[in-house]
This record gives sequence, structure tokens and C-alpha cells, in this order.
Amino acid sequence: MIKRTAMGIIFSNMHDNHLGGLTRGRTTGSVPFGGRYRLVDFVLSSLVNSGVQEVGVIAKSHYQSLMDHLGSGREWDLARKLGGLTFFPPYSSGDNQGIYAGRLDALSGVAGYIRNCRSEYVILADCDLIANLDFQEMIAFHEERDAEITLAYRRENIRRAGNENVAVFDVGQDGRVGRVWISPQTDDEENIYLNVAVMKRELLEKIVSEARSRNQRSFTKDILIERSDSMRIYGYEVKSCAMRINSLQDYFDASMALLREPVRQALFPVDRPVLTRVRDQVPAKYGLGASVENSLVADGCIIEGAVENSIIFRGAKIGRGAVIRNSIIMSGAIIGDGARLEYVVADRDATIRDTRTLVGYKTYPLFIEKKSVI
Amino acid sequence: MNTGLARFEKEVFSLRKKEWIAMLLAGGQGSRLYSLTKNLAKPAVPFGGKYRIIDFPLSNCVNSGIDTVGVLTQYQPLVLNEYIGSGQPWDLDRQEGGVFVLPPYQKSSGSDWYTGTANAIYQNVPFIERYDPEYVLILSGDHIYKMDYAKMLKFHKEKQADCTIAVLQVPMEEASRFGIMNTQEDGRVYEFEEKPAHPKSNLASMGIYIFTWKKLLKYLEEDAKTAGSANDFGKNIIPNMLGAGEQMYAYAFDGYWKDVGTIDSLWEANMDLLDPKVPLSLYDPEWKIYARNLALPPHYIAKGAQVQNSMVTEGCIIEGAVDFSVIFAGVTIEEGAVVRDSIIMPGSVVKKGAVVDYSIVAENAVIAEGAVVGARPEEMEQIKDWGVTVIGNGVTIGPGVTIAPKAMVETDIAAEEVLTK
Repeated sequence: MIKRTAMGIIFSNMHDNHLGGLTRGRTTGSVPFGGRYRLVDFVLSSLVNSGVQEVGVIAKSHYQSLMDHLGSGREWDLARKLGGLTFFPPYSSGDNQGIYAGRLDALSGVAGYIRNCRSEYVILADCDLIANLDFQEMIAFHEERDAEITLAYRRENIRRAGNENVAVFDVGQDGRVGRVWISPQTDDEENIYLNVAVMKRELLEKIVSEARSRNQRSFTKDILIERSDSMRIYGYEVKSCAMRINSLQDYFDASMALLREPVRQALFPVDRPVLTRVRDQVPAKYGLGASVENSLVADGCIIEGAVENSIIFRGAKIGRGAVIRNSIIMSGAIIGDGARLEYVVADRDATIRDTRTLVGYKTYPLFIEKKSVI
Repeated sequence: MNTGLARFEKEVFSLRKKEWIAMLLAGGQGSRLYSLTKNLAKPAVPFGGKYRIIDFPLSNCVNSGIDTVGVLTQYQPLVLNEYIGSGQPWDLDRQEGGVFVLPPYQKSSGSDWYTGTANAIYQNVPFIERYDPEYVLILSGDHIYKMDYAKMLKFHKEKQADCTIAVLQVPMEEASRFGIMNTQEDGRVYEFEEKPAHPKSNLASMGIYIFTWKKLLKYLEEDAKTAGSANDFGKNIIPNMLGAGEQMYAYAFDGYWKDVGTIDSLWEANMDLLDPKVPLSLYDPEWKIYARNLALPPHYIAKGAQVQNSMVTEGCIIEGAVDFSVIFAGVTIEEGAVVRDSIIMPGSVVKKGAVVDYSIVAENAVIAEGAVVGARPEEMEQIKDWGVTVIGNGVTIGPGVTIAPKAMVETDIAAEEVLTK
């Protein structure tokens, strides 16, 4: 396979509206996930592991935590003189009020950046996908089909795929995409678009400039739905692990899926590591009387209680005699002695005082907001 | 021409003048760590789950406000060079200064290995002079401690000292193992005794010195001219300065400090991290110990695993039982395996049903199914036969093999063998 040069454009704020408290003060891209990561790490690492050296991150609101996390891009080896990571907060210009209304609108705002990149291909992606994708393979597929646009999809039950704004499409024998529609009312398994698209950079520039002159803003509605007949659009099926995060329930389920070995192997292969910001935490410490089963524990934790089927993020503390089951405890959270938590998602720096009991349900995890004290 | 260039350097780079810089002696072989330092300089030996020994002095430097550190390497420097890299993990990738690896190099007058600690500094006088420092801090790369060198510098300035030596009070009965400083009430050193049979004080040198650079330079130059000198700080420079009546002061340090130059002390220092009574907290956000990090997921503790009184690092998979142990990054401990009172270094695997007691298992070793490594002291008939077992770098211990306590294993041991020490 000949390696093609490709650049990445990441939309960090898409899906913010669906994640409730998780995105109250942050972008979808900066939602903590899997003990030490942020959602953006998965797509960004996939890009970097696929040889991408130019990445633009488009932000819209609440992006401070994302900027803080990405920094200069050093941890992803993207602090470069040529290319590297470029961050795009919203800005207004003559024909643009700063806050974009759709992906095309956002791309129009960074048209100059895209023009100045040197890569042959562009990969467009959101941050709602937990996957370890090989984009070189996707580009090879794209070239084999002589496609103009290639869309990544996954076969999933539409009801499972959840709420509004899910694009689905028909895929012919050769992979050609037929009709595209948004959130159809069916109970069947469908080809769910993963909001990952590949095309030549030149084509994207053309699409963006045409869209601007026609006042078109949505990539899905104005390009995919409108032009699925006239353009050579192909579907690339992702068969490896890929989990979309479009609700708190999705978030909870995808987190719990990490406790299964095949999922961890698919997401964290040794040769394609998921890169993230380094925090210089001490290894996790287990005290006398700690008992931990079927859980992921990050560095910097101090565990003195019982933890079962849970994800414990960096620097969380679990007190003596506390019992944590089926829960997600984010960085810096402190769980007091004798507290009992079941089906809880405790956001960063939350404090649960001694002996408190908090119980959610499998299909309705209880969310504790960042920095709250209970 | 030359003077023109020198002036250009001085004017353009005049910001380069530093009040102090640190020189870290990292060239020693560390022969008392045996197989652990076979392919590795001692400062690069893994420590505390995710660190290497050198992370402690390097982090102390940065936390004390030092931005220029020369690391003197000689023995097996490859891992250490790669580890230090640009210095970024310690925030030592600077526009002016930063961390520099300094191996011996060829000069027009010839070339030499570093013949002693003082000679290593002497050979790097041109490096130090580039920064034109007032003071030079000399450190070694084989101690575990957290120390604010800035306080020591303040003391050095207050005393208007030529040399300040950090000292630690050790139990009187152990004092004869150390270099002992005999001081007057105000801390002025009047005598230095290397491993005295009858110590007069219990102030042991920690191998940390601050020198007023101009003074040190004079003594380094004299020492270099002295035939038969060991070119060593403890043996030559310090006694010479004392003999000449220079202002030498002992700076008392009262925190945790441990020389990890032997198998036993390396094992103990790791175990100290598990002891809440030991005053070496790695959790202080104001004094972090930095390290080069691997991109590994959080560790996974499986159903049926038991982990207590231990440290476990990212990338591990624990299915067996772990007690009173330090488990480094990317270690796998399979179902039914038992690891107690041991140190398992990065990338090693302890397979099903294997038992590891009181051992140091170096990087990327494999302990196969049912093997037994080390023993517990209470199991021994003769306690003198007991000791910490060491499994070397990349060694595979075959299925069912028994490795006796105190053994040092450097090569693969096939199945069904029994290795006594």
C-alpha cells in the first residue's frame, strides 16, 4: 500500500447538546473517557498513527479545557514547524458571525488553512467516536473504488444508535452509497454514518467554496443527501470496535465495554497507542483492605475500599470501606470512607462524603456534576 | 578573529550567565546492582513503578529553579541518552540552558575516559564556563530523595562558603559506612573522614555539593596536575580544600534519603514507597517527580484478582494476587500467580500459578507457569541463606523452575531446573 499524505479536520463541539452534564463546561472532544483519556484522543491518535501530520481542530464553545488538553500537540508529536496541530476557536469575519451553523460553515471559516496545507487527502471527523481507525486503509479503499467521497459507517440497530441527527445510508454491492437520510423511524439494523469522511483536499476546497456561494451549511444535508446520485460516494464499513457517544447512556455503556478484553485489545493495540496528555501522576496505590475486581484504574489513584466493574480515573481517591460498583469515577474525585456508589458517573473533582449512598440504575446512571459535594 | 568571536558570543548570548547550574554524575557502573546494570547505567535503573532513579535528582533540580543541568555519562549510556532525550518530561527543553548529556570527548590534547568524579567535572570545565555560573551544584544519580537545593544555596551564600556539603544524620552505629563530616557548632567542617572506624559524628555526606565555581575551578586544575590523584571529590578535592582552610560548611538535611546502590537498598527503597510512615510522598503537587511516560491505558484488575498494599502502574493486567509489591508499567500477572514483597519492572510477565517472593524481576523478564522465584524469610532453615532474588533483564524462567533466594539470574533457565545460588 502506498502511503498517502492526509490532513485531519476535527470538529470538537458536534454532539455537545446530547451529552447533558458531561458537556456543560466542555466540548465533546474534552469529555474524559477510559480512565486517562479525553474523547478527542481517540480520533487524534488514529490520525497520527495513520501518518497524518497536519491536523486542524475546530472549536465552537467551552473550548478552554480542550485547548488546555491539546496544548501545542506535543504528546501527539504534532508540535511541528511544518504542519502539526492548529487550533481554530470561532472568529468572526465579514460574512461570518463567528459561531458556525454546520460543518460546511465551519470549514468555510478555515478555508485558508485547508488551502495552505500540503496533504493530498482530507479526513473529516468528529469527537464522538471511540475507535482506533487505520485511515491509510480507508484511503486505499477510497482509491480502489475511485471514489470522490468515502464515508465510514457501521452496521448497528438504529434504535441503539439513539437520537436525532444520525445519518444512515444504503450501500450497494460495490460499496456505492445510495440514498442518505437522517434519523429514519425504523427498528432495523442500518448503515450508520460515523461522521468520518475522506476525500481529496482539492475536492473539499471546491465543495466548501460552492457551498459558501449557495449559502449551504450542512455537510450531511447539503452534500451527502443532495448529491448521493451525482457524486461517487462510497461507504467504508468499520468492522472493528467503534462506539459512538451520543448520550450519557452511550457514554456509560462504552465505558463499561472497556472492561471486556477484546474491546481493550481493539482500542489499545501496542503498535497503535492512544496518546494523551501526560500528568506525571504516581502509580496507583492500593491500601490494606483494598479489594478491586474487573476494573480499570489509572495512575495517581489511592484505593482503600472495594471497587467492582468500574473505571477509576487519574488521581481519584476511594476511602476505607467504600464500595464502588458499576461506576465511573473521574479525575480528582474523592469518595469518602464507607460511601456506597452504584451506577454513578461522578465528574471531575466531585466529593462524596463519608457513608453517603448514591444509586442509579443500569439504564439510568446517576450523573454527579463536576466539583459538586454530596 | 578569535577575540571577535568570543566577544560576539558574550554580547549576543550575554543572557546566558546563570547564577548556578547543576552537574549530575551519571557515569558509574553501579556494579553492586549486578545484572540490573549489565546493560544499563545505574541512574537509568527503573524505580517506584514509573520512574528511573535519575528522575529524582532531575526533578529536584527543576523544582529548585535550576534550568541548566549537565549529565555526565560514561558507562552504558544508550538507555539513559534516549530516556533524557530533549529533557521535555522535566521541562528542561529550554531555549537557554536545559539538560545536556555529556560523555567524554576527544580534544586536541588527546582523549580520556572520566577517571574520577572530579575529573569528569574537570573535563567539562568548558561546558560550565559557557554559562559563567557563580555556583555549581554537584549531584550523583544514585539516590532517592526530594530536596530543595535552593535552600541549600541560600545557606551557602549566608555562610559565604566556598563549599557546602549536604549531610544527613545517620544512626551512630552505621556511621562508619559513610563519609563523615566533623563540624563546629555553626556547621563549619573541620574534618572529613571517609568510612571512619571510630566516627566522631554521625553527619554523613549525601554526595551533594555546592561549590563557589571560581574556587572549585582552582582546585580542579590543581588536582588535574597532581600525579597519582584519584581525581575524586571525596578522596581529593574535599580534603585538599579542607587542608587549605577554605570555608567548608555542612548543610543538614532531615528528609528521606536513600542510596540505592545495592540490591537490598534498591528493594528497600521501593518498599518504602508502600509504607505510609516513610516520609517520601510522591503525591505532593508542589514537588512532583517527573518521568518520561509511556502511552499505556489504565491498568486492569480482573475478576478474582487480589491487590493490596501495592503500587500498580498503567498498562498492567493483574489477574493473580499481589501483596506488598511495586508493579511497573505494562506488567502482566496471570491467574493464580502470586507476587509478594517484590518489584516487577516494566514489561515483565508472571504466568499462571507462578510464585514470586522477595524478588526484583528486571524489565521484560518472563516467569513461566508454576515457576517459584525467591522465598519468604520465615520459610528458611538458615536465615543467612535468605536474601532478595534478582531476575535479570529479558530473562525467561522456564515452567516449574525453582529459583533459590539470593540468586542472581542473568540467563534463561529452561524447564524443570532448580537453581540454587
